[in-house]
Amino acid sequence: MKKGYDVVIVGGGIVGCATAFELAKRGVKDILLLEKRFLTAGATGRCGAGIRQQWGSELNARIALESTRIFEELEEYTGYEKSVGLHQGGYLLVAYTDKEWEQFQKNLEVQHRLGIDSCALTPAEMKEKVPFLNLDGVRGGAFCQKDGHADPFHCTQAYAMGAKRMGVDIETYCEVTGFRTKGGAIAGVETAKGYVEAKTVINCANTRAPELARLVGEEIPVHAERHQALVTEPVAPLIDCMVMAFSRSYYVQQTPHGSFVMGIGPKEAPSHNFQSSWQFLEHNCAVMCEALPILRKLRVVRQWAGQYDMSPDANPIIGEAESCRSFYTMCGFSGHGFMVSPRVAIMMANHLTGQEDSLDIRRFSKKRFETGELLLEPAVV
Amino acid sequence: MADRDIILCRCEDVTRETILDCIAAGYRTIDEIKRVTRAGMGPCQGRTCRLLIAQELSRAYGVPMEEVLMPTFRPPVKPISMGALADAWLEEHTGEAAVSGQAVPEEGGGAE
Repeated sequence: MKKGYDVVIVGGGIVGCATAFELAKRGVKDILLLEKRFLTAGATGRCGAGIRQQWGSELNARIALESTRIFEELEEYTGYEKSVGLHQGGYLLVAYTDKEWEQFQKNLEVQHRLGIDSCALTPAEMKEKVPFLNLDGVRGGAFCQKDGHADPFHCTQAYAMGAKRMGVDIETYCEVTGFRTKGGAIAGVETAKGYVEAKTVINCANTRAPELARLVGEEIPVHAERHQALVTEPVAPLIDCMVMAFSRSYYVQQTPHGSFVMGIGPKEAPSHNFQSSWQFLEHNCAVMCEALPILRKLRVVRQWAGQYDMSPDANPIIGEAESCRSFYTMCGFSGHGFMVSPRVAIMMANHLTGQEDSLDIRRFSKKRFETGELLLEPAVV
Repeated sequence: MADRDIILCRCEDVTRETILDCIAAGYRTIDEIKRVTRAGMGPCQGRTCRLLIAQELSRAYGVPMEEVLMPTFRPPVKPISMGALADAWLEEHTGEAAVSGQAVPEEGGGAE
């Protein structure tokens, strides 16, 4: 750690690491990334790993599409020697109600305008994709082959190692404890390993971002919400695509390793609860075995819990603090940060280096909760 | 160094060499090594390998074994079939409430 940096990024998840990488790529020289534990220790390492372009709002569909194009070449893009585990087996979205089915048609129109190769499927066509799917109560489906999943650990490592090679300092097990400001602007960061001067700070601390922003007088309307997931023993390939339903709030995928990763999404009261619950284990299995009865035979190996950083409209809040110049926050991804991180990092890096970007960062400002220009999204879990 | 091709994690076939490479690359905890190699993620959930990896970390970083951070021990303790778990839930819940992950039915008893 040097005495001072042009940019200090707080948070070693994929958003922080991708932003460090994109800034270094644009020639920013002195960058430090601080992480309280280890890279991916927070939400990134606990996420469902899905990459989906089947969104209902044009903004989300576009960010996801452009992010997917980066995931498709992430190894080469970052110079990573291992695989980031991208598998584009598609996402099969299941509609159980007429209302959902109608919404799918609207979503597909949005996606097609952007050139996303998605389509509606009849129950019979869905059965061809996933022979084990229980069609009871199924109204129809939507499918996009270019959706899929990637390994969140390796994707984050790819960005982090690429950033390191360009000279970014990454300090793990180094908690941020405070900030110093001067004349209404950020001046430095207090850490567990001492003080560092900073011309710019980017707060990528996910559910912990609001409390860090509060240290410079900025209120961010984001709270932590526990979500749980589990993984089974590995078996021979059974399904190639992610299967997901909004109304029944489940998702399931078979990883390249052969195990099934899945979760359900009941809303919970705000908390930083990282404990696993027995209730989730039973409830999840009941929901998933109804949708895909073949899963009954599989054994659960492990369950875990993570946090969604929920914003009021379930979309990210990105921007400079009103109370402190050059202090930026990127949080509020509300459960879909992993899949949009490549493009969002580019937007932030372009903004800070004064480069043009067709995505307007101001759309993500928290001011939208005053003006009412919310980023409404019909297709979220 | 001898014994580099010994398997430390038998569930996921991870060799001692892989673990030593991780340490050489700067990984400092079992949690980090687990995430990049899958060591400890198999059916036994690291019962054998976590202590063996801890020994390597202890030796490499010159810290006593008891100071090596253990990974989080996650439930269930033994693999359980999804069918058995599903049946346990269905015994207490019926209808859409039983098969939708959306709402937590009241009779299910609130979580913590």
